[in-house]
Amino acid sequence: MEKLQTFDSLVSKNDFVIKFANVNGSGSASANQMFAKAVFRMGIPVSPKNIFPSNIQGLPTWFEIRINKNGYLGSKGSVDLSVAMNPQSYNQDVEELNSGGYLLYDSSWKRNFYRDDINVIEIPLTSLCVESFTNAKQRALFKNIAYVGALSVLLDMEYEIFEELVSEQFASKKNLIEPNLKALNIGRDYVLNNLPYPIGLTLERMDKNDGKILISGNEAAGLGAVYGGATICAWYPITPSTSLAEGFEKYAKKFRVDEKTGKNLYASVQAEDELSAIGMAIGANWNGARSFTATSGPGISLMSEFLGLAYFAEVPVVVFDVQRGGPSTGMPTKTQQSDILACAYASHGDTKHVMLLPEDPKECFEFSAMAFDLADRLQTPVFVVTDLDMGMNDWVVDELEWDDSRKFDRGKVLDFDALEKMEEKFGRYHDVDGDGICYRTYPGAHPSKGAYFTRGTSHDEYARYSEDGEINATNLRRLVQKFKTASELVPDPEIILSDKKNCSGVIYYGSTSAAMIEARDMLKEEGIELDLMRVKAFPFNLDVWDFIEKHDYVYVVEQNRDSQMRTLLMAEGGISAEKLRSLVWFNGQPIEANFIAKKIREREPEKI
Amino acid sequence: MTYIQKPINHHPNLKKNKLGLTRRDYEGAVSSLCAGCGHDSISAAIIDACFELNIEAYKVAKLSGIGCSSKAPAYFLNDSHGFNSVHGRMPSIATGASCANDDLLYIGVSGDGDSASIGMGQFVHAIRRQVDMTYIVENNGTYGLTKGQFSATNDKDSPNKYGEENPFPPVDLAALAIQLGASYVARSFSGDREQLVPLIMGAFQHKGFALLDIISPCVTFNNHDASTKSYDHIREHNDALGKVDFVPLGREITANYEEGETVEVNLHDGSKMSLEKLDSSYDPTDANLALNTVREKNDEGKVATGLLYIDTKAPDLYETLNAIDKPLNTLNEKELCPGSDKLKTINEGLN
Repeated sequence: MEKLQTFDSLVSKNDFVIKFANVNGSGSASANQMFAKAVFRMGIPVSPKNIFPSNIQGLPTWFEIRINKNGYLGSKGSVDLSVAMNPQSYNQDVEELNSGGYLLYDSSWKRNFYRDDINVIEIPLTSLCVESFTNAKQRALFKNIAYVGALSVLLDMEYEIFEELVSEQFASKKNLIEPNLKALNIGRDYVLNNLPYPIGLTLERMDKNDGKILISGNEAAGLGAVYGGATICAWYPITPSTSLAEGFEKYAKKFRVDEKTGKNLYASVQAEDELSAIGMAIGANWNGARSFTATSGPGISLMSEFLGLAYFAEVPVVVFDVQRGGPSTGMPTKTQQSDILACAYASHGDTKHVMLLPEDPKECFEFSAMAFDLADRLQTPVFVVTDLDMGMNDWVVDELEWDDSRKFDRGKVLDFDALEKMEEKFGRYHDVDGDGICYRTYPGAHPSKGAYFTRGTSHDEYARYSEDGEINATNLRRLVQKFKTASELVPDPEIILSDKKNCSGVIYYGSTSAAMIEARDMLKEEGIELDLMRVKAFPFNLDVWDFIEKHDYVYVVEQNRDSQMRTLLMAEGGISAEKLRSLVWFNGQPIEANFIAKKIREREPEKI
Repeated sequence: MTYIQKPINHHPNLKKNKLGLTRRDYEGAVSSLCAGCGHDSISAAIIDACFELNIEAYKVAKLSGIGCSSKAPAYFLNDSHGFNSVHGRMPSIATGASCANDDLLYIGVSGDGDSASIGMGQFVHAIRRQVDMTYIVENNGTYGLTKGQFSATNDKDSPNKYGEENPFPPVDLAALAIQLGASYVARSFSGDREQLVPLIMGAFQHKGFALLDIISPCVTFNNHDASTKSYDHIREHNDALGKVDFVPLGREITANYEEGETVEVNLHDGSKMSLEKLDSSYDPTDANLALNTVREKNDEGKVATGLLYIDTKAPDLYETLNAIDKPLNTLNEKELCPGSDKLKTINEGLN
């Protein structure tokens, strides 16, 4: 930076995007996470997003951190500071940097970059680490920690927080504290002694994170399953859902081990495939234990036959679908909301399933626990549909809450006493209450009453095989009635109305919230006001239809190609295609506010 | 599957077991399988075994997949819960169900199509995990319900109903189960009630995965001369490795065998399997010997039947998972939900 500068450097406090470009498998993720956590500890809203390849080692990987004092934490889509640690991706990293932005690279191997409107920050990280560490593995690993140390000075951060994070992180491996601190100091000292600091982008303490935590949706959902009383987890490894099962195990190991015997109050079985995983979960639920599986799109396809059985035989089961990019193997490490229809109508024949659509990790926790109550109450599969973005990335959310007076709703189950008192003949599929939900029994409940034969073949009210078309039609109609009951039990949509009358409506769901709220605020400043409705569940309830009814046009914003939620609304509510305006984003990156605002702006000229 | 129930009137002098129940009390609905189907004989043998063991039917769960065999659970134990699931996937239902409640007796009934073709993966992994269940394969070498296609246990060069020969060799489920570590592996014939009933009783009392590969001839599609699963073939080539007896807890072995002619194996609940050895060198606790014997007999054109292999020490899935003794499906909020105080601590660790 000795040259005469011919451009304006970016200057911003607590509002910019840093993107780390690394080599996959080089140990960068934990360093980048440490950096994000330090920003969080400084009380500044932050959203770290891991943009990773389907690979173990060698391919380029990025870690994007948006810092925003106003709390807008959706993806921004531009980069202000690039920490370019991977020569393979230099071209791309330089290309996408905003004019006036900053490029920090490992100048052990000096390079010239073609852009003359960016600040290049040279730190010979590899050379510095080679001098300071003898072990090859340490030399490579601590390069990551060293650039974090450098950033702490360049961005004017509170250094004590890093020291604190290192000692917390290695509390159980104390011998690692010293080399990590040393690595931090290598980067820090180099900047202090050789470079101008701070740069134009700086961080200053705020108090925005009081009462907040940093957690991923998968971990939160796994924890929600522990709180919701799940005892059996059956799963098969698939990105991006694996860490959900791991989250369940992590907390189950903590809270579900009998102190006296050391035995587990849970079981987690890694199945041989997704078919088996859903089968185990169905078998366990049939037998009265709360059980779930976690998967992603390809797993949903494989589970479809079993999901139809659970629907028709009316066995509760909770399925977490952490959506990734499809179709087929698609983009396994990228995010999308493209399993909406696959989940809603999974399996052959007339099937419909309950879906819960959390917007962030906090709701992942809440909806996870809720899903077990709903599944038991409705005796049917319940999907918790999340996505890779909220599932695998740490999000800043309000602290998790639990009401200790809450009781599990096990639904209509006849136990020994109830069966003992029962005078009429037990009919497993007899709609006694008229809500479409019948009474069930667990195997082994009573010596002479309540046994029945669960089957996927057509059956009468007493669970007996029947090929009588009318009996089957009556049963199928009752399932429609049950689905109607479901619409009254699932969470209501969140409706945020503008002060202005006659504005267009917007429907959105899941991880789109952050970008949607930001887009709404951007448009409002331009004079375009919108009424928002966040759909939290399927089946849709009356509030959903009422919102659509009251608006001339409703945008449906979603992260898939085919406007799947729009299709579902049209199919289920008979809404006309003209009324629902499709607004889709499906490039595998989290949806951006700028994109939503641009698309709505283009179609709303008359409203300004 | 029929839902026609049998008349409830019983002969007043029917023999009763310790629970005061007769064989009729263990029956199910009227079978809709073909007259003479081996599967009905197996249902009858299951009923005998339950009667003899004084089993309380409500503590049994009957599980199956799809096919003729999988209909069978409707034809025994009316007072048990049953689950007729999807094709080839009964093992996963059994795995989940047994994790939820280890106290029930799980009887899985499957066929050669259900287990050796579409459900091979689940069959293999249920064994590998040592799910505590009795897994009965009613093996007839053919797809009955879809009208006589070859199954994966059908014999090479055996003709189908159009006279076309099967180009592929059969899968031997019993040999496979031994190889995979099933801790109780037996083969029998639906028509040999004397051998079958004690083998079923032993399987019920065994802790761990018990496979019963039962040749169960299909009278309609695969009961011809070229089939090793026909009545004639199995009657002529049945080579029992020993006369099997099941000895309940508290009963002494009364038969008078010469020393070295019998093998006794203690089961989990204190009962015993006693094997009168016809072949004096046979040891059912030796997996390699069992595998070799099955192969050798097969090469000789014979079908080795009886208790092929037993290991009473192998831990079952529930034990491997280190799950508590109380069934998981009986745990309540207090036992399962960590509560708000713990959540507070979790929150503190996440900021």
